[in-house]
Amino acid sequence: MDDIDRAIINSLQGGFPICDQPFGAIAEPLGLTGTQLMARIRKLKEDGIISRFGPMWHAERMGGELTLSAMKVPAERFDEVAELVNSYPEVAHNYAREHALNMWFVVATEKPGRKAEVLAEIEARTGVEVHDMPKIQEFYVGLRFEA
Amino acid sequence: MELSDRDHALVSALAEGLPLVSHPYRAVGAQLGMDEAEVIGRIQAMRDGGVIRRFGIIVRHHELGFKANAMSVWSIPDAVVSEVGRRLGDAPEVTLCYRRPPRLPDWPYNLFCMIHGRDRAAVEEIVAGLVRRFDLGAYPHAVLFSTRRFKQTGARYGRPIPRAAAAE
Repeated sequence: MDDIDRAIINSLQGGFPICDQPFGAIAEPLGLTGTQLMARIRKLKEDGIISRFGPMWHAERMGGELTLSAMKVPAERFDEVAELVNSYPEVAHNYAREHALNMWFVVATEKPGRKAEVLAEIEARTGVEVHDMPKIQEFYVGLRFEA
Repeated sequence: MELSDRDHALVSALAEGLPLVSHPYRAVGAQLGMDEAEVIGRIQAMRDGGVIRRFGIIVRHHELGFKANAMSVWSIPDAVVSEVGRRLGDAPEVTLCYRRPPRLPDWPYNLFCMIHGRDRAAVEEIVAGLVRRFDLGAYPHAVLFSTRRFKQTGARYGRPIPRAAAAE
């Protein structure tokens, strides 16, 4: 990763143009052509730095539901439960964390009602209580990172 | 915002991201039987309607060098939690900040901040700085470092357009 890659990451975590030739439109300030910019983004994706290039959706405004859930999983069952949780396409990410509640995952669903189904199924199939902690208020959702 | 079937088809076509070609919206439209102008119009409307929070690069923070992340949580009285949340949300070190319901007895905390840093010590320093700056020392508090990341695919949305509708 060089300075141009860092500039791409720092300037393109939002505000990508929605016009007929968007890469061409934003390449110049970076000192690149549209083709060069696309090649660099492709390389950053291949290298795993960029997970996706495109829209970040607002689940609730699409009519869907989003929640953070936590479970207290016995250590000896951790991998088995993680595998089951991760098998749901509605589970967007899942982290082990240092706490009695040691598994934390985000469930994002498109249809209202599906969230409750997923959480109930996980609870029934694992026998471990699932704590549902949907947001009550949102103060900041930037989730941007400086390279 | 109410999404139409054609919007949902577009959401689905964008699940893997935007194609890296000079006319990406035309390329997406070609899969769906939509012309470039329709794709651009629908994406602009979804952005303006807040269905798209932002549009661009979504990074893998770990691969970018943010090796440590902690969910930093506090138990703040209801009367002041919104005010404290707003102040923490404005802090540049905080990458996400939400109020969520406590789940007693296991979980007394109602304010959640994500903190990302180069390593564990950096994150601990950031959290200590927030506690000092925002005078949070009196509130019950926990810092949950992540030890393993099992999955980070991002949410999947959208449904493919029915063939007949695509041909319209």
